[in-house]
Amino acid sequence: MKRLLIALAPLALLAALAFGLLAWQRNLSDAAPPSAGTASVERGAYLAAVGNCAGCHTARGGERLAGGRPIPTPFGTVFSSNLTPHATGLAGWSADDFWRALHLGQSRDGRLLVPAHPVTNTTLVTREDADSLHAWLQAQPPVAAERRGHELRWPWNSDLTSQLAVAAWRALYFKPGVYQPDPARNIAWNRGAYLSQGLAHCSACHASRGVLGGDGGAADFRGGLLAGLGWVAPSLLDPHEAGVQRWPDEMLQRWLRDGQAQGHTAQGPMAEVVLGSTAALNDADLAAMSTYLRALPEQTVARPQAADPDPRRLERGASLYRDHCVACHGEQGEGRRNDAGAMAYPPLAGSRLVTQASAANLIRVIERGGFAPATPGQPRPYGMPPFAGVLGAEELAALASHLRQSWGHAAGEVDAVEVLRLRAAATAR
Amino acid sequence: MPSSLFTALATSLLMLASAATQANPVPDTLAQRAMACTGCHGKEGRAAPDGYYPRLAGKPAGYLYNQLLNFRDGRRDYGLMSELIAPLSDAYLKELAGHFAALDLPYPPPQRPTLPAAELARAEALIRNGDATRRLPACTACHGERLTGAQPAVPGLLGLSRDYLNGQLGAWRSGQRRAQAPDCMQHIAKALTTAEINALTHYLAGQPLPADPHPAPSLPGPAPMRCGGVAP
Repeated sequence: MKRLLIALAPLALLAALAFGLLAWQRNLSDAAPPSAGTASVERGAYLAAVGNCAGCHTARGGERLAGGRPIPTPFGTVFSSNLTPHATGLAGWSADDFWRALHLGQSRDGRLLVPAHPVTNTTLVTREDADSLHAWLQAQPPVAAERRGHELRWPWNSDLTSQLAVAAWRALYFKPGVYQPDPARNIAWNRGAYLSQGLAHCSACHASRGVLGGDGGAADFRGGLLAGLGWVAPSLLDPHEAGVQRWPDEMLQRWLRDGQAQGHTAQGPMAEVVLGSTAALNDADLAAMSTYLRALPEQTVARPQAADPDPRRLERGASLYRDHCVACHGEQGEGRRNDAGAMAYPPLAGSRLVTQASAANLIRVIERGGFAPATPGQPRPYGMPPFAGVLGAEELAALASHLRQSWGHAAGEVDAVEVLRLRAAATAR
Repeated sequence: MPSSLFTALATSLLMLASAATQANPVPDTLAQRAMACTGCHGKEGRAAPDGYYPRLAGKPAGYLYNQLLNFRDGRRDYGLMSELIAPLSDAYLKELAGHFAALDLPYPPPQRPTLPAAELARAEALIRNGDATRRLPACTACHGERLTGAQPAVPGLLGLSRDYLNGQLGAWRSGQRRAQAPDCMQHIAKALTTAEINALTHYLAGQPLPADPHPAPSLPGPAPMRCGGVAP
């Protein structure tokens, strides 16, 4: 009996620690400021667009904001919740309840929100903005949409273990607190930082995540692979990746608003962000975001080990380029304009999409084609057909390698194994 | 002198080349933009040789637009297609649908059916008369007396490959392909037996296009069923 007790003691200790952790995280607070009573539905509508709430909280083809969109994570698939004022959504939520969700990442019933909800970003949102968002959401038409349970992998697939895991994640990576302006910076920079780190939650994709799914906080823009999507969100700190430190202000503002500028186009998940968020920014906020992003510190990303150079692969790539790409992208990768003078097919020579450290996005675009987003400023984008049915893995690797080594480019070659690896990373949808 | 002449010649050649790039712009047209579609759907949307990427040219604009929305919103599921059009606006999708609808191009020759004549005759009877005992309307009641479809949103059934027709009816039975509710074609596909589907597609793919291959200007009469996107 005594031996059994001794054997059980560490387990009991562990359980006590776990529950302590859960209790601590559930009772986090930082003295929530009282509602200022200045909520504006109109302001809330604008903020919801900037934050692209509907992006995750709307299922494909489903009712707007009624939730149900599957979001792939390294721990399984989570499903977004219904934000409309229906009993299956946020009916009866007070402004305080909503504030706790945004600021502390805690649902009205006390449960911790899974970190797919970008709580490290939304905690920065001011009480006034949270109240306006709440007022707007409560003014939306209610939609009945039963909550779909998350489909997490063992051992996270029980309510207790997943809540414990979230509590542990929060203890490591989350500290509640509204955005504090940096007095050394001007108003535009601070506004840009507030939007980019907060509601617009850029770091939700552009952060570099560790194996536990944690990142370096709301201003972590080091870039990383988007689990389950197969796209890379490139670093915003490295001007050779997606850093915009050397872009003219006007060009970046145009890119954020229209989804394209000077042959740079938003692709894949970023096209979705432009359509759902940045295209809606008002002039002042657009300028503020541009000010902030252009002032980010420069930091070079590590270049992964490339495939061994192979002259035969490059030769094959050059021949594929002549067969499939020249007509639109030109002999020298110079791209082509249309007869109205607008860029129709972007230049590949000097393109960052081509030379980024990871070839994921380049291969993705060749395989699956794409259009730039159709925005009010660029309503009829040109597009590229998918080549998935035309080019196999060896050919994709050859073509990508050719592009990465031509016209003065010195990016790493890609082999078929890498193509297959990237393809596998995209299959968890 | 010869060397400077060479330099001058080379320079002017280079200038000519770069002028050619400038002077060789792509047209600012929907046809040029639709090249992203014709990579799979064949030149000018005439269908791909493998039969699985269907013809777009000349189908009713409302039908094509509905299919674009179905792919985008997940009622039809083909990853390449859905991803490609995901960032496009309703207005632009409508324009692209209109572009393909307006194309008036010749049709491929019919595929010779390999079924006994009796089975083809049964298929034709089903197409022309339906089967009241199973609440199956005639195909012609919506798809037109000539089976070339009806404006604005019912597609023609001729000029499509057997593989494609089988694929679509099968997808409707399994729920892979859906339309806006109420989804009348799902009801119809589920009521058909596989043997009937086989005979129907042999018959349809084996018919030449009539002299006037265009969709009829309207449904032949009142729609026999409620159909989302067509006769809601």
